Amino acid sequence: MALWLILLPLGAALAVWLLPLDRLAATGLALAAVLGEIGLWITTLVRFDLDSGKLQFEEQASWFKDLGVTFHLGLWGYSLWLIGMTVLVLGAAIAFGARAGRERPRAYFGLMLFLLAAVVAVFEAQDLLLFYVAWEAMLIPLYFLVGVWGGAGRVAATYKFVVYTIAGSLLMLTSIIVYGLQQGTFDMTLTTGSGSMWLFLGFAAAFAIKAPLFPFHGWLPQAYRESPPEVAAVLSGVVSKTAAYGFLRLGVIEFGGPSLRIRDTVLALAAVGLVYGSIVAFRQPDLRGIIAYSSLAQMSLITMGIFSINLAGFDGAILQMVNHGLISGVMFLLAGLVERRAGTSDVARLGGLARGRPILATALLAAGMIALAVPGSATFGGEFLILTGVFASGWAWTVVGAAAIVLAAMYALRLISAVLHDRKGEAVTDSARDLRLPELAFVLPLLGCLIALSIWPNAVASHSFGKAFERCTPLANVLKLTAEDCP
Amino acid sequence: MITTPHVDWFALSPTLALLAVAASALLAAVLVPGPLRKPVSATVTFAGFVGSFAAAAVLYAHSADAHGALTGSLMRDRWGALAQLILAGAGALAVLVSYGERTKEHVSEYYALLAAAGAGMIFLAQASSLLTIFLGVEWFSIALYILCAIDIDRASRLEAGLKYLITGSFGSAFLLFGSALVYGATGTLRLDLIGRAVADRGLSDDPLLVVGLAMMLVGLAFKMSVAPFHQWTPDVYQGAPTPISGFMGAATKAVAFVLTIRILQTAFAQDAHLWTVLLAVLAVASLVIGNLAALVQTDVKRILAYSSVSHAGFMLMAVAADSALGGRAVLYYLIPYSAMSIGAFAVVAARERELGHDVSADDLAGYGWERPVLGVALWIFMLGFAGFPLTGGFIGKFYAFSAAYRHGWLWLVIIGAAATAVSLWYYLGIVRQLFLRSSAGAAGSTGTPSAPPRDALLQIAVVACVAITVASFFAVQPLIDLAKHAAGSLPF
Repeated sequence: MALWLILLPLGAALAVWLLPLDRLAATGLALAAVLGEIGLWITTLVRFDLDSGKLQFEEQASWFKDLGVTFHLGLWGYSLWLIGMTVLVLGAAIAFGARAGRERPRAYFGLMLFLLAAVVAVFEAQDLLLFYVAWEAMLIPLYFLVGVWGGAGRVAATYKFVVYTIAGSLLMLTSIIVYGLQQGTFDMTLTTGSGSMWLFLGFAAAFAIKAPLFPFHGWLPQAYRESPPEVAAVLSGVVSKTAAYGFLRLGVIEFGGPSLRIRDTVLALAAVGLVYGSIVAFRQPDLRGIIAYSSLAQMSLITMGIFSINLAGFDGAILQMVNHGLISGVMFLLAGLVERRAGTSDVARLGGLARGRPILATALLAAGMIALAVPGSATFGGEFLILTGVFASGWAWTVVGAAAIVLAAMYALRLISAVLHDRKGEAVTDSARDLRLPELAFVLPLLGCLIALSIWPNAVASHSFGKAFERCTPLANVLKLTAEDCP
Repeated sequence: MITTPHVDWFALSPTLALLAVAASALLAAVLVPGPLRKPVSATVTFAGFVGSFAAAAVLYAHSADAHGALTGSLMRDRWGALAQLILAGAGALAVLVSYGERTKEHVSEYYALLAAAGAGMIFLAQASSLLTIFLGVEWFSIALYILCAIDIDRASRLEAGLKYLITGSFGSAFLLFGSALVYGATGTLRLDLIGRAVADRGLSDDPLLVVGLAMMLVGLAFKMSVAPFHQWTPDVYQGAPTPISGFMGAATKAVAFVLTIRILQTAFAQDAHLWTVLLAVLAVASLVIGNLAALVQTDVKRILAYSSVSHAGFMLMAVAADSALGGRAVLYYLIPYSAMSIGAFAVVAARERELGHDVSADDLAGYGWERPVLGVALWIFMLGFAGFPLTGGFIGKFYAFSAAYRHGWLWLVIIGAAATAVSLWYYLGIVRQLFLRSSAGAAGSTGTPSAPPRDALLQIAVVACVAITVASFFAVQPLIDLAKHAAGSLPF
């Protein structure tokens, strides 16, 4: 099962690249693959034992023995939720691309499907080297998706993004080699954790850049502005989550000691990022900029949850990762739809879109309300859990986090009112139509999932880590938990 | 009456197959009428390399226990046989790439020399006495000197040939002088006996021996194109016929590394404390100089030449580790590296034939969209050179880094990682030209109106190289097993 979740999009990508399909057939194949992948994920979810907290659907094959490297895949509860979010957001992005009629459709859809396979592989990899492979494999399609289909400044944006990420990746590779050879295995289920701060920092560098965490976010505004909207949705919704996942799986769990020692520093950086991102988002002149910097703020909040190093924080972080993935996805896609209608994402030239366009207004309002963590929304639940978790490290962190919720309300409301209400902007003409049915087809599922999560946030929050998780990971030793019945 | 030594003809068969082919190709120059000359000699040479490959495969299978052939001047072992497999494979691919070259004169001689160079390298892979080593080095070098200068249409050919001749002879002289000193210190030519003499008589700090070793290493460093002995590489790679550049990048490097490890492990194991440090320093020099110099190049062949210098640095990291893991790492590394090298030069050759002049990076603008097969292939080779996952280049680097780390040289791993980061700049620079720019926007890259027909053989070779590059990423275990058995025949 775990393997098929990778092979299906990968096979579809190869088919799109190699078969001489026309635009219609390539689009159809890509969409069919996405639907199949969603179906596959639902099947996996149904058959998954969410309460056990154990690694499930394991698949292992030998790769090279002398250094202890294997193709080892498997699903944790939290990986399953993140994969679900990935499949949905990437599926919506592919649908957006189909709607937008991207040039060179075969290359485009192949790259999107390849990206899907790579991200799923990141969440499933249970071998350090395989994780690195999937991690780097994500970069290949992103390089082209931003560099070929992006806006005017795309090449510079691509270079900045790639240089930043690869600098981090190579530090991580060095750490992986040292850590794996020290452990005598690269299998992440067999490693016993390490107390080395340097190794931890090597991993953390890669994750801090990709998330991004303040002050490593230099690539972010350009990359999110110059990408095609659906790729920006994937970058901020999905790709950034791989970094947060890495922080959790390889940072905190494997390096519990160093994480505890560096906790206050990371929390401080995250707090700065949270406030800074929110304030800058409020001051941005364009839709993309607002969403980009809000993304920085949200990733900082998620990092806070992870580095609270307790289960409440982890639960909140996972819930918030799923939430933010969906929100950021739907926001960038809506921004893309607005751009397609108005030809600009400059908020000064937008406004008054709500009149006569009720569906667009409803969708944007709903997304915005969830984004600002209105009580009762899924994000409210996530943020509450994160703040609860981080309270154990000091009440001041919670105060900063709560203040940031107010700031989030400021930028989200400004975005909503600037686009939908206000006086009619010069770029808004009467020919700008309401959302069409095909567009609803990819906006609604994301919104629907968000609303479902708002109703039942515990679906994710209580089913990500079971009891076995606490007892049976290297982190358990650091947290001085008793090991009585590890599987 | 002179007693002739027992000759193990089977051990010599990969070499002899190619020698026979070289002779037949030369005969074809005289006996075969004009228009048929090229197909006949190319076919014969291709068959020779394939036959040599097959012979080496059988030899590998039947040489589980390493032993001397020809009174110990050659070793019949898996180390040599695996190297011969790589060399013969590279040669066969080079023939496919060469076929589309538009030279009209000396076609048969070209293939005869290619076969002769291949034979020399394949001989050298087994050589285990100072005499046969020198013989083998000169043998393939002389064939390559001529090959570099054979293309009359190329303005830079004479510079390339002459430069290679002079620096190559310089390197050979070092090798010869060093050999003489080593012989003087130990009184024997055979590598295994040198090793024994050093161990038995405590010669490891003998000045004669140490100076001899140093000079031999300098000579070998020329062939490996290790900085600071690499100055010939960019000029020669640029001026030589492009398929030959690819062949040199793959095969010369492969044989030089295989030979160096054999010499160091067999004869100079006692001096490991000296040469490991020296090689580590050379590795760092190659990584720094190769990568930094590649950044400022515009000619694609020169970029690839400097990239080959930097790859020599990565492989030297593994050699310097002085372990069986390092030996495995080098042998594994050479497989995808050879494929990428030949493949990348093949794509450049294809573009060169379309344009009719040297290929600068700007000439590749939009090429990936124009010719998707070649463009995607070149992209994959660039990713492989950069050590990106999903190519064998990644596993090769991973092994080299692991070997260096196991030796306790974390600093070398960090320098390697930093060098990789720098190298991405120029590798991705080529990818950017291929896909992120359109051909219309670039100045002076309007493909010639009479673009030649598709070169099917070249495309087959390129696709084969892609297949090796990608497959070696997934099928690591079988290749590592081969390399492990091969490394087992040397006294690591």
